[in-house]
Amino acid sequence: MSTDALGEATVAVEAIRRPPLARRLKERYPPGESLAALVCLAPSLLVFAIFCYYPLYKLFVDSAQRSNSFGTSTRYVGYGQLRDVLTSSDFLSGLGHSLVYVVYTVPVGLVLGTLLAVAAHRRLRGIKIFQTIFSSTVATSIAVASVIFFSLLNPASGLLKSNLLNEPKWALFAVSWVSMWQNIGLSFIIVLAGLQAVPEELLEAATLDGYGPVRRFFKVTVPMLSPVLMFLTVVLVVVAMQAYAPIDILTQGGPAGSTETLLYKIVQHQDPAQASTGAAMSIGLFGVTLVITLLQYVMLNRRVHYGEQ
Amino acid sequence: MASSSAAPPVRSESSRRSRLRLRQAGWYVLLVALALVVLFPIYVTVIRAVSSPVAYAEKGYPLYPVSPQWGAFRTAFNLGGFAHAMTVSLVMTLLITFGQVATSIMAAYAFAFLRFPFRRLAFALFMATLMLPIEVTLIPNLQTVRDWGWFNSYPGLAAPFMAAALGTFLIRQGFMGVPSELRDAARLDGFGHFRFLTRVAVPLARPVIAAFTVISFLAAWNQYLWPQSSTTQESWQTAQIRLATFGSANAQTLNLGVAAAVVVALPIFALLLIFQRQIVRGLTAGAVKG
Repeated sequence: MSTDALGEATVAVEAIRRPPLARRLKERYPPGESLAALVCLAPSLLVFAIFCYYPLYKLFVDSAQRSNSFGTSTRYVGYGQLRDVLTSSDFLSGLGHSLVYVVYTVPVGLVLGTLLAVAAHRRLRGIKIFQTIFSSTVATSIAVASVIFFSLLNPASGLLKSNLLNEPKWALFAVSWVSMWQNIGLSFIIVLAGLQAVPEELLEAATLDGYGPVRRFFKVTVPMLSPVLMFLTVVLVVVAMQAYAPIDILTQGGPAGSTETLLYKIVQHQDPAQASTGAAMSIGLFGVTLVITLLQYVMLNRRVHYGEQ
Repeated sequence: MASSSAAPPVRSESSRRSRLRLRQAGWYVLLVALALVVLFPIYVTVIRAVSSPVAYAEKGYPLYPVSPQWGAFRTAFNLGGFAHAMTVSLVMTLLITFGQVATSIMAAYAFAFLRFPFRRLAFALFMATLMLPIEVTLIPNLQTVRDWGWFNSYPGLAAPFMAAALGTFLIRQGFMGVPSELRDAARLDGFGHFRFLTRVAVPLARPVIAAFTVISFLAAWNQYLWPQSSTTQESWQTAQIRLATFGSANAQTLNLGVAAAVVVALPIFALLLIFQRQIVRGLTAGAVKG
């Protein structure tokens, strides 16, 4: 910050003296540093160009093409096709299933994360052991979690009498247990960090003002925690939108397509003959991701302003 | 306050202490209950992995082990070919982790210490890649890798992840904590960019670099979508993908599929125990400032 201000001041003084532009540029951006920067940024920029930005461009190109049934040649058909895909019942049902998955997993993640963090945020002997246990699901991969729940839910061996994975009404809910459980560790770690950042004096002041534990929690802790809970919400929404392994391992989209989320449908459209539909659906997923990320960005900025007050 | 000072001091002290102890016991009860809920799926998994499948089914799938056979883990490990799959996972993970850390340190150095044109634009381009996760770019990236003949290869598994916006961001934050006096002193001592980076900046930002390294490793090892989509041969399956195929193929035999899950999870559990602090720091970097 201060070096920036210094830079501005230097520029202002320079402007009065007005040396030639070339020299001003040279002083502002020393050629040696610019060259070093180029060398430093080149590897990352190359990777991003090939695997992030070119694909984005390719998605828009592909979504306006139609290929023959072998995927060997394509022709331009226009962006009406993108609109057709994004309004098709296939796309909308995928998006719907993804949003339902969000509704199942995100509130549970927030509640469980807060509950565990509040319980484990105190000075007790052996509390570190509980903190490690509550964090432990971050170490289980989504594939491990899926296989564990596949075994739990399997009717041939399961704890439940009926097989939820075979019932269109329940399958997506049962699949979402994988994410609910696997999110516990991440949610716990994030909320606990938030709790540890709440100033102790504030809680003591509230106690002196005669606040009981419950009122103190809702009137002091939760408001102080709200930026962290916002952050966690965004993270959990993104995780839910990107859930793929649980569906792939537990149901393969079935029964009767009731667990085909948007991402699952995209993966099903990966071969070249269907690339245009897959590309259009990917643009839909990109749109959702964009909105969520922008929301996060706005919230983070707002928090920075609060911090400066 | 008033009542406690009126009562005999000794008795009030002991009653307060016993109330405190009672409340502590209450918290322990809650904590143990929550721990049991969190660990329940893991517990059942281990029970099923060690129980003899037939005897376990005859008993009606109880919550305790039935005629334990500890060999199930080794059988699953050998039968599933997990030695090979874990080697593939490890090589891929090391490539990705090393690549991400190296490119992120370089880029973070430029953003933290160097003056150059279009710096803000370049930084925005980096951060915008957070909106383009592999889930969104999957289909075109599969085409690219297929066109280059990189299906079933380490370059194919690792290349899309060799740069990281998160790593660049975190390490840049770490670099910005380097005092400017140190930069000036290093310059006076005739340190070039490379010497300043390796002798001053990286050692000072070590905690945040370590945190990013650990979560980068964790994320790469646990990947599912890309390693599954970009491989077609069983010999190129990572441990996660191998587990998915082996686990669902052996779901009926109960013990082998879940034993494989335990085998695949173990190395990362060890990592969690050793690097818990780094994992927590890496995961919470965006949530809590400071």
